[in-house]
Amino acid sequence: MIKDIVLYLLWFSIVVFAAKFFGSYLYRVFEKEGTWLDPVLCPIEKIIYRFSGISPQQDMSWKRYAGSLVVFQIVGLLVVFFIELWQAGLPLNPAKETAIPWDLALNTAVSFITNTNWQAYGGESTMSYFTQMAALGVQNFLSAATGMAVAIVLMRGIAWHSKHTVGNYWVDMVRGTLWILLPISCVFALLFVQQGVLQNFSPYVTAATLDGGTQTIAMGPVASQEAIKLLGTNGGGFFNANSAHPFENPTALTNLWQVFLIFLLPVSLLFMFGRMVKDARQGYTIMAAMSVLFFIFLGGIYFNESSGNPYLAALGISGPTALEGQEVRFGLGGSSLFSAVTTAASCGAVNSMLDSYMPLSGMIAMLQIMLGEVVFGGVGAGFYGMLVFVVLTVFIVGLMVGRTPEYLGKKIEPYEMKMVVIAVLLPALAILFGSGLATCTATGVDALHNQGPHGLSEILYAYSSAAGNNGSAFAGLNANTLFYNLTLAAAMLVGRFGVIIPVLALAGSLVEKKSAPDSSGTFQTHGAIFAALLCCIVLLVGALTFFPALALGPIAEHFVLQLQTILY
Amino acid sequence: METIIKNAVMLFVVLTLCTGAAYPLAVTVVSQQLFPVQANGSLLEKNGQVAGSMELAQDFTSDRYFHCRPSAAGDGGYDAANSAASNLGPTSRQLIDRVAQDTVRYRVYNGLSADAVVPADAVTASGSGLDPDISLKNAQLQANRVAAARGMSREMVLAVLAACSEHPVLGILGEDKVNVLRLNLALDQK
Repeated sequence: MIKDIVLYLLWFSIVVFAAKFFGSYLYRVFEKEGTWLDPVLCPIEKIIYRFSGISPQQDMSWKRYAGSLVVFQIVGLLVVFFIELWQAGLPLNPAKETAIPWDLALNTAVSFITNTNWQAYGGESTMSYFTQMAALGVQNFLSAATGMAVAIVLMRGIAWHSKHTVGNYWVDMVRGTLWILLPISCVFALLFVQQGVLQNFSPYVTAATLDGGTQTIAMGPVASQEAIKLLGTNGGGFFNANSAHPFENPTALTNLWQVFLIFLLPVSLLFMFGRMVKDARQGYTIMAAMSVLFFIFLGGIYFNESSGNPYLAALGISGPTALEGQEVRFGLGGSSLFSAVTTAASCGAVNSMLDSYMPLSGMIAMLQIMLGEVVFGGVGAGFYGMLVFVVLTVFIVGLMVGRTPEYLGKKIEPYEMKMVVIAVLLPALAILFGSGLATCTATGVDALHNQGPHGLSEILYAYSSAAGNNGSAFAGLNANTLFYNLTLAAAMLVGRFGVIIPVLALAGSLVEKKSAPDSSGTFQTHGAIFAALLCCIVLLVGALTFFPALALGPIAEHFVLQLQTILY
Repeated sequence: METIIKNAVMLFVVLTLCTGAAYPLAVTVVSQQLFPVQANGSLLEKNGQVAGSMELAQDFTSDRYFHCRPSAAGDGGYDAANSAASNLGPTSRQLIDRVAQDTVRYRVYNGLSADAVVPADAVTASGSGLDPDISLKNAQLQANRVAAARGMSREMVLAVLAACSEHPVLGILGEDKVNVLRLNLALDQK
């Protein structure tokens, strides 16, 4: 126990320390203040703009920015979709994977462009190397860069004033990819290989095992995918078992790097925000609120997992009785940490199977997603998600003290509040409506792997994961059916663009406003009081929306488990 | 609108070349130079034939070998082209029945008393179905049976186990465990 706590604190300190450095690097990249990579990358950048006919100096209105973003996503969607359909005839397919059925292909394409990486397939038995690399891997970069771009637009909306433009989408995409995602991925991909992650294009190997059997071993370019899967908070595994697979996550050390990579950019963006608004305390305050929530949730998962499964304990089993679906090399500590991080951030990679987690730890994972993944959150998505809650908090406080709400000198008016409410409600609606639909249709219920309250949890988790663009799963659910492929794809689209577009609109409206100087009556948005209020608002909105559903699923199952009366 | 579409398509092509072709190829070339063994799956060769990967569990069934954790990968378990977990929830009858059976079988198979405490990793399926490791406690309980099957002393088997065991780095990073394939190879070489 002490060993795990020490490791958690050490790891978190390293994340914050590294993020401070990367935060100022991010600032320099997007404000074009010059970085040490410029001599190499600036010429490449110029060639890219010339080739694509982009004028980098031309800033866009928020509407043009949003339009460019949507068109870019549609191009990505089509390309991924058709590569999947045609993969049998495309190169780099030594395992002879066949064409993907259209509904699964569509679900997967939506999943990867929305940074969800929900996987209704098993990687090594479905996707060719070409599809993994040229379709899915590419979207790991581009969807992360898109999230980051939207976060930066929102920062500009707050930091800039009396302007009509919010930046250039193409430039933000190119800079995010070339300066940030690619270099860090290169370094970590090699570190992963050193520890035992694969990186080859060989056909699958057949081994004659020691005890006289045979074993077919899947191969592939895994490490390059692995690094960006975590850095970009994508989470789509090369293999079905994701980061539980020894070829994706071979040691306790790689496990630690993986959770480090998931949090690196979300935390860095908070430092960058502090620099953008020329008040570091604003970033620290949000970070403090997120950290408090994170450690509460991590503690909850750890505690419930270490309490274990009383049914198994009664059979005379010692050690961590919640070990089903977990790996020995990560143990209780490494598994709980990974699950807390991957659902706090909208990553969705897993190193242990959440479906087999204790009811309340599974619930905490689900709850973090339902809250909007605002506890650090996905690359960019966590930042703008939390900023939405910040504006909501400022508004509610404004109502309480009877003043026009302001955030960093910008007046919050009805238009802004409309956008905020849309961004908070649409994903919640997708989760509850989707789950409701699935529970009252035969096709929805037939796909369940577990019965009883746990079955409801499987459905709730699926729609939460999709609408929250997380991608992790209670993976027993057989989601590769027409019904789930289409409804979950719809939930992913709503959860992604139903937030991004209102956030861009919010930024577009804020950027036009004058910046009013602080007066004595301004409610301060830094410090402990504001951080505490922010935590309360996040928890309150989540609790009010989802408590009834959670009570019927994981909470009911918790009592079943403790009373040990029924098995399903 | 036309400009946006043109920009989007062209930029998509270039960025695909950077992130979907140049990046994975560069990582492959460099890692094949620097870490050829790991990059190719840490394969174990025996008599010129691949005998498995040091990173992955394989199906050990005979008495003379230490056994891996139960596996839900593929139909018969340990399928390294179909990694999978059981995904059974904590109140699943299927899970509890399976664990109960495996616990009894484990005790009988390893000559333990009927109320002997069994380590959790011996009867729970791993996340990948390919977990290469078992806990030291699990290995110690299998040692008698392995020693008897090999006609070795228990002390000798435990000595090999101790030599193969891994412990947390600096006391915090990692778990007490042993890689089953490495352990069995070491025994074969005795």
